[in-house]
Amino acid sequence: MSVRNRQRRGRSFIHEIIRNRSSYLLAMPAIVYTFIFGYLTLPYMLIAFQKFNYKLGLVGSPWVGFDNFRFFFASSRAWQVTYNTIRLNFLYIVLCTICALILAVLFNELKNRLFAKVMQSTILFPHFLSWVMISYLLYTLFGSQYGIVNQLLGFMQMESINWYASPQYWVQILVGTSIWKDIGISLVIYLAAITGIDGTLFEAARIDGAGRWKQVRYITLPLLVPTVMILTMLALGKVMYGNFDMIYAIVKDNGMLYATTDVIDTYVFRALRTIGNPAQAMAVGFYQSVVGFVLVFGVNTLIRKLSPDNALF
Amino acid sequence: MWKSRLFDYANNTFITVLSIVCTLPLLLVAMVSISDEKAIQVNGYSFIPEAFSLAAYRLLFFGDSPLLQSYFISTVVTLTGTAVAVAITAMAGYTLAAKHVKYRNVLAMFFFVTMVFSAGLVPWYMISTALGLKNTIFALIVPSLLFNPFNLFLVRNYMKQIPDSLIEAAKIDGAGDMYIAFRIFIPLSMPVLATITLFYGIAYWNNWSNAILLVDSEKLYPLQYLLFKLQSEISMIQQMQSIAGSVTPTLLPSESVKMATAILTIGPIVLFYPFLQRYFIKGLLIGSIKE
Repeated sequence: MSVRNRQRRGRSFIHEIIRNRSSYLLAMPAIVYTFIFGYLTLPYMLIAFQKFNYKLGLVGSPWVGFDNFRFFFASSRAWQVTYNTIRLNFLYIVLCTICALILAVLFNELKNRLFAKVMQSTILFPHFLSWVMISYLLYTLFGSQYGIVNQLLGFMQMESINWYASPQYWVQILVGTSIWKDIGISLVIYLAAITGIDGTLFEAARIDGAGRWKQVRYITLPLLVPTVMILTMLALGKVMYGNFDMIYAIVKDNGMLYATTDVIDTYVFRALRTIGNPAQAMAVGFYQSVVGFVLVFGVNTLIRKLSPDNALF
Repeated sequence: MWKSRLFDYANNTFITVLSIVCTLPLLLVAMVSISDEKAIQVNGYSFIPEAFSLAAYRLLFFGDSPLLQSYFISTVVTLTGTAVAVAITAMAGYTLAAKHVKYRNVLAMFFFVTMVFSAGLVPWYMISTALGLKNTIFALIVPSLLFNPFNLFLVRNYMKQIPDSLIEAAKIDGAGDMYIAFRIFIPLSMPVLATITLFYGIAYWNNWSNAILLVDSEKLYPLQYLLFKLQSEISMIQQMQSIAGSVTPTLLPSESVKMATAILTIGPIVLFYPFLQRYFIKGLLIGSIKE
């Protein structure tokens, strides 16, 4: 019975593929690309357990167990870069979400549509600048020789600070910069979600005498929860992944700032590029991927328990 | 009532101030790029430079500057990459949105997994090298950038809103999947396609991490990578100088050249931005990524 069932299912699978072949064909380029750059990369994770040699490749290189991990975890750097990565991401996720929500509510209260459009476009613009460009912006602000901030400090009779040698300021600077860059896009997403809210809800609330704040509190914000959840979930999934583009464009190989700014990704990059040891780099990347995956899975399970509708998968 | 009025005023003012503050750093870079080098050395960067000078731009355009070559590389990469990427995404978007496709949700999961789980930098580097992309222009087009599942889900969500009756009517008239996808779904999805065009275009234009890992030859440097190099390697500017030769070496306009290059890299973004950003709100309906 079960064999026949399975056969039938197998046949219906093929039948479906044939019947909708042109539909599946349309998705083929995306499937192939995702297979190569997504799924085919997975076997390469195994080189974390090898003494990898480019000539011998993945199949031929000798296995060494956990040796490559020892190098990373024996150093104090392991905890430092992990902590830096999570701290920067966490602060960014929380603060950016809060700021964007406040801003979206404020924007929604604007009466003049044209004004709102222009302002929104202005705030969105930094999102489209590259991190290299932004490293230039930061340099004009914080450069110790000519920078504006030190000029201001001098103007206020305060001692100037050698910013690019003072790691203690860079958590704030980096988080602030990434919020500045990304708040526009979050704003647009939240505004789009607000636009999608059924207008009759607000009308009904007004008839019942709800003021502007009450409408925000009881209609807008609760109905934004799913969007916030999805975006936060996606962001949490990447909490182990530092923003390489940002950190490396701004900090580069400035060792003086590593204490607070060096993240797992820049560490892996240097292990691959400067030290030239892909196996050790992969060991760190392996740890990053596994912990990252556990986090996504954990957060999703938690959300599924609390409010099933908002779970990602 | 006056309370509500007061709030409106405060709100307008706050948002105006905020957006001005948001753009100030950009203005500063622009001003430095047209500042006289001597004035920078004496007074530091300034919003209102003591003396103006176009020396930096003159050097970039008429010196032996690698800028034009990089502009060319970035333009080619962005145009071809974006065109292919949008096509791939739009077509797959149809498959995931069409209700008669039985395994559309399995496929969605297939794409979604790569969004939350990634093997990281090293395998990415290995695959790209194994495909023979290193030191070719394809290194700047194919890895990471040619397809982004997030954009696919944007397209899918938008296409899902297209009424079924339209498809059924087309089917009764004898239209096949290809016809429905290219003649009905894709034309009706222009707002979201404009949005992802902007996303892909910007991702290509701003990318430099592909170059840092996969490109050695200076001929293949995209604009952003050139900008990245310029910040740390003063020798690049000296090289331009030695050919242009007009200014004395002590007055190397290094600060303004850097900022001028930075300004020139965002030129195309400023140009296209107003056209594409109008579609945003419509294109970004992200309410439910999952089914």
